[in-house]
Amino acid sequence: MDAFLNQLWIARWPLVDGLLTTLQISLAAIVIGTIIGVLVGVQLTYGSFVSRIPFRLYVEIMRGTPVLVSVLAAFYIPSVMGLSLTAKMAGILALSFFAGAHIAELTRGSLQSIPVGQIEAGRSIGLTFRQIVVNVLFPQALRSALPPWINTGVELIKGSSLLSLIGVAELLLNTQEVIGRNFMAIQFYVFSGCIYLVINIALDQAARTFDRR
Amino acid sequence: MGYSLHFDAVWSNFDSLMSGLVIGLVMALISLIAGTVIGLLGAFISRGSVAGRWLVGIYVMLIRNLPLLVIVLLLYFALPQLGIRLDKYKSFICALSLYSGAYLIEVFRGGLSSVPVGQVEAARAIGLTRIQTNLYVVMPIMFRNVLPSLSNTFIGIFKDSSIAAAIAIPELTFEARRINTNTFRVVETWLIVSSLYVVTCSVMSFILQRIERRFPKF
Repeated sequence: MDAFLNQLWIARWPLVDGLLTTLQISLAAIVIGTIIGVLVGVQLTYGSFVSRIPFRLYVEIMRGTPVLVSVLAAFYIPSVMGLSLTAKMAGILALSFFAGAHIAELTRGSLQSIPVGQIEAGRSIGLTFRQIVVNVLFPQALRSALPPWINTGVELIKGSSLLSLIGVAELLLNTQEVIGRNFMAIQFYVFSGCIYLVINIALDQAARTFDRR
Repeated sequence: MGYSLHFDAVWSNFDSLMSGLVIGLVMALISLIAGTVIGLLGAFISRGSVAGRWLVGIYVMLIRNLPLLVIVLLLYFALPQLGIRLDKYKSFICALSLYSGAYLIEVFRGGLSSVPVGQVEAARAIGLTRIQTNLYVVMPIMFRNVLPSLSNTFIGIFKDSSIAAAIAIPELTFEARRINTNTFRVVETWLIVSSLYVVTCSVMSFILQRIERRFPKF
């Protein structure tokens, strides 16, 4: 145990850096993913049949491919297109598209669960479509969408560990590097696992609290 | 730009992609079966006693909040330190089973509570023992009710089997990465591989929906 604490003290900065990168990636992905998801979700719910097709295709493709495949594709493809993205940017891109697809479905689900009468009422008092969406539908949709939205955040923090495979120095990759130096595989994997657990359980509890309201 | 699509390089490696797909499906199937065992045990244990519910609840909370990759690496790289040495297939299937088990416990718990109490009481009234009641009355009703979630979990497990690439199991994603680096046909490789995943998932969900329709709903 002493040996582990000693090694942990030596390895503290790589682990802290890794954790910060993990959080930063997840945060960026949830912000971009929410923007994509809400826009696509509104389009999927209220768009015409034809205009829905490309968005439906996007959601189905993202939901049908593993996150790891999107991450690898986002890492390798831009370089041959002449774009230079860092591994971290590629990872954020992939996770954002993944989150976007999930949030789009979630937005569609909670928008559709609102009774049509609400839209009709909004229209009959003379609100424009945009006003109805922003002032009537979103506040109501938010209540049912918030818990699963937080769970998407948990999925993103879990998913960000996949970026270790394309060389992003997030928590898991830094843990592996630390283990490469001191060979304490169990101790450090369990330690990093606990960090993931603490963050995710806190988020999960938050989701449950909102769910009860 | 100046990039033109040439699919030949990928088609000439199509065999290895297909064998990778099969490896992924087989691993997913084994994990689903093992996960179902874990899920059923967990669901029944958590119904049995308060202590059981606590233990199962902790297991579910731990596994659901850990990244699968961490569990996989823990089993593959850290267990040998304790003297438990599994080859990469076994350790990955163990990890995937533990992971899917946690999700399936939730599924089966929901399924158990969806069985009408009247059915259980009726079975007890005609003199079935508790085990018989569970086996002949509760389980069939529960399985029909959880079939849709079971198919979703199976598709989820199949997608998660891509993480096996991290410990060099030659499944679809690993083969894709190999073809990608060997041939530099980057766009073509990922285009084909992600379509393979999407098609496989859609075909699976189509077949599973067909199966669901064959069983009457309760």
